[in-house]
Amino acid sequence: MPGFKHILELRTSLFSAIRKFFRERNYLEVETPVMVHTPALELHIDAFRAGAGFLRTSPELHMKRLLAAGCERIFQIGKCFRAGERGKLHNPEFTMLEWYRANADYMDILVETRELLKYIAKACLGKLSFERTIIPRLHGGRRAPSRRNLGNARPQNGQASLRATLQGNNTIVALEKEWKIFSVEEIFKKHAGWNPVENFDEKRFDDDLVNRVEPNLPKDFPVVLKDYPAENAALARLKEGDRRVAERWELYLGGVEIANAFSELTDAVEQRKRFEECVRDRTLRGAEAYELDEDFLSALELGMPPSAGVALGLDRLVMLLAGARSLDDVLPFRQP
Amino acid sequence: MFSASDLRKGLRVEIDGAPYIISEFSFVKPGKGASIYNCKMKNLVTGGTLAKSYRSNDKIDEPRLEERTMRYSYQEADHYVFMDKNFEQINVGADVLGDNRFFLTEDMEVEILIHNGRPIGVDLPTFVEKEIKETEPGFRGNTATNVTKSAKIEGGYEIQVPLFINQGDVVKIDTRTGGYADRVRVAKS
Repeated sequence: MPGFKHILELRTSLFSAIRKFFRERNYLEVETPVMVHTPALELHIDAFRAGAGFLRTSPELHMKRLLAAGCERIFQIGKCFRAGERGKLHNPEFTMLEWYRANADYMDILVETRELLKYIAKACLGKLSFERTIIPRLHGGRRAPSRRNLGNARPQNGQASLRATLQGNNTIVALEKEWKIFSVEEIFKKHAGWNPVENFDEKRFDDDLVNRVEPNLPKDFPVVLKDYPAENAALARLKEGDRRVAERWELYLGGVEIANAFSELTDAVEQRKRFEECVRDRTLRGAEAYELDEDFLSALELGMPPSAGVALGLDRLVMLLAGARSLDDVLPFRQP
Repeated sequence: MFSASDLRKGLRVEIDGAPYIISEFSFVKPGKGASIYNCKMKNLVTGGTLAKSYRSNDKIDEPRLEERTMRYSYQEADHYVFMDKNFEQINVGADVLGDNRFFLTEDMEVEILIHNGRPIGVDLPTFVEKEIKETEPGFRGNTATNVTKSAKIEGGYEIQVPLFINQGDVVKIDTRTGGYADRVRVAKS
């Protein structure tokens, strides 16, 4: 493992590469409040209380208010806070890069994401690839990988990556190779044997995503999963022509989920309905029911241009660029 | 009751009435999905292992473990006899004690972990002092490649010690690792 000074050097070049990239493309760097009146409503994201309000879990709602106010290209690097998230790839306080572009959709912004990551790799590493140590994953229950499963794996897909999972092999993640795009429907049919777009089952979806799909994703080039079930849309708009899915993608580098993107939902009525359902579902599972962000909803009512946005975890990106295995290896200060 | 967010490596839990210790733990959370807490656990009675995963809303039983402070008295065949201040006695088998049985000294205060009346573990003081019963004298000139040598304490337990340790010296042993920690006293010559 490289020393800490090296990690901080890397982080510094990463931040300046990001700023340079967006400035060259006429983006404005913005800062939005870290202390908020009410956090963005998501079923599985919990906020920390701060004074009379909360620490933000994401800058999304404020950045969309800037889009509605006429800022067409904006980006932000800032801290976000999520209660109860602590693991190899999670820290309750983390640094997020978010950017939004008006008059673009999720596939347009994927093109830009590809350019950004290549730009970053070149600036930070001087090359378009990095090494990823694949660590064996700790699975729950009957879905644990075993020698027996390895024998049963279909040779053309699961076997190589499953072997890598078991042996802890190193993989070179090559950004210049073709980024493989799978729809959630096809990847679930292939690795989990069912179609979440037809019959959505939230618990099964999360379990199979973590235990069956993610471990089998190719690791030597970037992988994008797109078109998530409408029930899993969060703040994404539904797909034109197939309302069963939402225009959302997630990017995986070396098997690590690194970014999430939407064609943003701009319909105020639909947005309010989703927030209300979220409050109801949070209440049902015993989570705190946050207030609706009425300022955000009025901004949508006044009109937000069709836009696309990406949220990318910068601590995880530093980890990948440094060839580290855990956030512990790249963050000088972590919560116990 | 524990909730899933209490889970961590080293925590003792109860599954179907049996006590377990979490030996490996990982937190995973897919994008926009629910938190999943994956655990590998070791049965404290049988030593068997189990993998289980939990969600935020899951509750996990706390084991009904009793910890009793007792003093070591004597060994009888493969049993080790401990006594509390009311002279109540508990017999602990050599299998439960493991290497710890070599580190006991008469009257040593220990914590015995009891599940359903059955001792399943014994916590010793972190450091114990033991006399070296047997070791070769250290040779000069061999220090570059061989900075430690083996030595035996009472009962035949073998430990790696620095070359300057001689027979009759008293050393400090770390009971968590079973390794040498320090020299306490030099043998009277």
